[in-house]
Amino acid sequence: MLSAGILFGVALLYLGLLFGVAYFGDRCAERGRSIADSPLVYSLSLAVYCTAWTYYGSVGRAASSGVGFLPVYLGPTLGMALAWLVLLRMVRISKAYRITSIADFIASRYGKSQLLGGAVSLIALVGTVPYIALQLKAVASSFNLLVANPDEHLGLLSDTALYTALLLALFSILFGTRHLDATERHEGMVTAIAFESIVKLCAFLAVGLYVTFVMYDGFGDIFSRVDGRPELASLMRLGGDGAMGYGSWFALTLLSMLSVIFLPRQFQMTVVENVNERHLRRAAWLFPAYLLLINLFVLPIALGGLLYFGDSGVDPDTFVLTLPLAGHLDALALLVFVGGLSAATGMVIVESIAVSTMVCNDLVMPLLLRRRGWAQGAGTDLSRLPLQIRRWSIAGILLLGYLYYRLAGEAYALVSIGLISFAAVAQFAPAMLGGMFWRGGSRSGALAGLAAGFAIWIYCLLLPSFAKSGWLGSDFLEFGPLAIGLLRPEQFLGLEGLDPISHALFWSLFFNIGCYLLFSFIFPPGAREASQASMYVDVMSRDPNSLAVFWRPGVGVGQLLPLVTRFLGAERAVAAFEAYARRRGVSKVEELAADADLVHFSETLLAGAIGGASAHVVVSSAVEAEPLGLDEVMDILDEASQVRAYSHQLEEKSRALEAATGELRAANERLKELDRLKDDFMSSVTHELRTPLTSIRAFSEMLRDDPRIELEQRRRFLGIIVAETERLTRLVNQVLDLAKIESGHAEWHNAEVDMVEVIRNAVDATGQLFAGKGISVDVSLPEQVSPLWADRDRLIQVMMNLLSNAAKFVGKSGGHVRVGLTESVGESLTVEVADNGPGILTNEQATVFEKFRQVGDMRAKPAGTGLGLPISRQIVEHFGGRMWVESVPGEGATFYFRLPLARSGG
Amino acid sequence: MTKKILIADDEVNIVISLEFLMKREGFEVVIASDGEEAIAKILEEKPDLVLLDVMMPRKTGFEVCQEVRSNPELQDLKILMLTAKGRDTEVAKGMALGADEYMTKPFSTHELVERVKGLLGLAA
Repeated sequence: MLSAGILFGVALLYLGLLFGVAYFGDRCAERGRSIADSPLVYSLSLAVYCTAWTYYGSVGRAASSGVGFLPVYLGPTLGMALAWLVLLRMVRISKAYRITSIADFIASRYGKSQLLGGAVSLIALVGTVPYIALQLKAVASSFNLLVANPDEHLGLLSDTALYTALLLALFSILFGTRHLDATERHEGMVTAIAFESIVKLCAFLAVGLYVTFVMYDGFGDIFSRVDGRPELASLMRLGGDGAMGYGSWFALTLLSMLSVIFLPRQFQMTVVENVNERHLRRAAWLFPAYLLLINLFVLPIALGGLLYFGDSGVDPDTFVLTLPLAGHLDALALLVFVGGLSAATGMVIVESIAVSTMVCNDLVMPLLLRRRGWAQGAGTDLSRLPLQIRRWSIAGILLLGYLYYRLAGEAYALVSIGLISFAAVAQFAPAMLGGMFWRGGSRSGALAGLAAGFAIWIYCLLLPSFAKSGWLGSDFLEFGPLAIGLLRPEQFLGLEGLDPISHALFWSLFFNIGCYLLFSFIFPPGAREASQASMYVDVMSRDPNSLAVFWRPGVGVGQLLPLVTRFLGAERAVAAFEAYARRRGVSKVEELAADADLVHFSETLLAGAIGGASAHVVVSSAVEAEPLGLDEVMDILDEASQVRAYSHQLEEKSRALEAATGELRAANERLKELDRLKDDFMSSVTHELRTPLTSIRAFSEMLRDDPRIELEQRRRFLGIIVAETERLTRLVNQVLDLAKIESGHAEWHNAEVDMVEVIRNAVDATGQLFAGKGISVDVSLPEQVSPLWADRDRLIQVMMNLLSNAAKFVGKSGGHVRVGLTESVGESLTVEVADNGPGILTNEQATVFEKFRQVGDMRAKPAGTGLGLPISRQIVEHFGGRMWVESVPGEGATFYFRLPLARSGG
Repeated sequence: MTKKILIADDEVNIVISLEFLMKREGFEVVIASDGEEAIAKILEEKPDLVLLDVMMPRKTGFEVCQEVRSNPELQDLKILMLTAKGRDTEVAKGMALGADEYMTKPFSTHELVERVKGLLGLAA
């Protein structure tokens, strides 16, 4: 037996030693010879996973369920091996975006949501406080066990747990909150934790060796003795039901696998304190090796204790202490006590630092920031505020732990809290893993999943543990609330046959994952979330320094530097900005461009001090002159996506405008072309008018001026004048006619027309013309053809034009003109007028239908206006027909026109 | 010595009126009814002056004018262009190609006779 004084002295000495190690670690880091920058130290620091609860408890668990203690260690081993890449991803994300805690990690992923950060912090706090209470209890009870006379404590120190709590708080504050920037690593603390991991391992190995090889004769001896005791032999087998069924094995393995990743203290050590990504690779086997060593003697000690004490009522949880005591090895017992104290200390320090960061950044700061204008308040230096909040949080958390210990005492709620805490942090898994690998995970989904999982956790684990402690009536446990059997917390929805932990883990993860997926699908990520999501999901492939997608223009060093200064202090802020300016290749801080990168840099800098979500609110507030609410931030983001949609519309409009411009240009070209054609036409008309006018004027003047002109000559001149006047009249008429037809103002007197009659009429009218030139006309017409629907006079005009043209071109002797009509039944009538004149050259056949284009040998220029054929063709086309010419030069020309028959009933 | 004048125009009635006018003034008259004939007559008959219509078949008055001016032997030939197209560009084109005078149809017979006499150095 030891005296309380010695024990207390040793405890203090040990804590002093830890302090010294931590101080040494910090000093080395300051001198640039980092101790923490080593895979071994890193791996040892991860062993903060092994707390006083497992230090004492795994022997107890082995004593009651044999190999059933293994999953708590098997999980982390599997976790490190399987989830190595997940951890690497977490480390990289956290370094890139200066993540300070698990709450920060989740909040940043889902659009820097303060609500989410707060929720995660709250869950972590609720899960942590009882766990800390458990550590205090372990220290206190081991202390009481070793003291010779428990009633004769040092008067002043009668409450061991309280003083342990205060001491640990002091230690945590000293080493956890020396620096403002929570992303700055606590190298001294890491060194101390690595040291304490060695101490607890050595202590445990020492007692293991003692029990196995001193008390007994090695492993074989112990196991052969157990074989002789049937009630113990069952401990060596797997299987069975209830507490140690396969289901429980699986659940516990999964649970501890998740907790080694998501416990706040594990996140702190694995992710935040990581110096070098490569250390993680080494830790993936070093840490499991540590776990193997510390578990090597668990079963021998448990079995040895059971063999030694039998049914004497000694608590198996205390075997590591009671066995040395039984052998009167006080020194060994003291070493074991120090090991336990060490395990408790490590856990409490890291856990309280981790949780205090969350409490500060995700619970307290957001509340303070909510006060309008607080962040802008002139002159107030806030640089020490986050530190103060964190320190008070540590003290608060430890006192809460102590309070819980006092209230719970020996109750079930405390004893079982280890695994219950694990189950609480396991709720982070869907939001964390989903956030790292699935872009579709949204803030709503994460919130809903966490809320559902946490609610199930409270209902299926926490409340029952309260009931079992006697704080609540246990009726609802046995019969369900309002006697609804399906709602029994430990047989929820009728699921029976699982131990409470596995049962609660199943349902909480079921609802957590379900809600996460469901709500992510119903409320998909907004623009900001999507940008954060891609930063997380693509972290392995993207440049970690690349920009956040969103920023507000117009914010420069002028606004950002003072803001950062108020949270970080002038010296640090200016130094950081100067370093940043050098990186950007700018000589002065003032010359830094006000761009997205600068905003991003400032926000990241602030995030290290007050967390991502708070930093975002503060930076936003600087831009908008007053703090932005989440809703306002979301509004801005919605606006951004609207702007994007709008600019898309603009693009489309501009394309449409380009197309319209093209059409206008084409139309303009067409108009120019028409204008030119009109000019040509006017010029041609003018020419055609001036020609007869010239003759008329010349002859008139000559007749007027010269009285000596003979009568015969006068008569001839007057005849010319009359003929030219007629020509002029004809021309004017035809120009007007053509203009009317072309502009659509011509009058059409449509009726049923007999084409045979039209042709006869036209031939008769031009008969004189042919007879005068001695031209023979051969007309071959069918007796009857189907009627046309057309203007009879117009068709006569066309026929007369073709006939007079033929008369003009056919030579005087041997001239011959043939007129024909054929019907294509039910479709059309085709008229042909053939002559044996000079014909038309192939290249001129198309131009004969153009205005004023008289072609051919013009030696004896035919008296025409040059408008007859164009008008004829216009008329034929008006009736839906077409007109064309076929000719072999030298052999004559044949003009055709085809008109569609009147449609029946048309 | 009697001056010889070539009338080149495809409009029969205009040729008749011009022939009458020129003969009355005592000039010898030669006639061509298209551009190619005009060239041939110029080379063959060596007229002193051409009354040259612009819009003629086979060769326009402009082409005839150009050919005449590119022939060194014909430098003394006076050219009076007559055109029914009264646009300024036509006038400028005719003058640029070497026409001595340019008149728009319909013309005053008095003025035409004056111009012809002027070009031939026969003051009225």
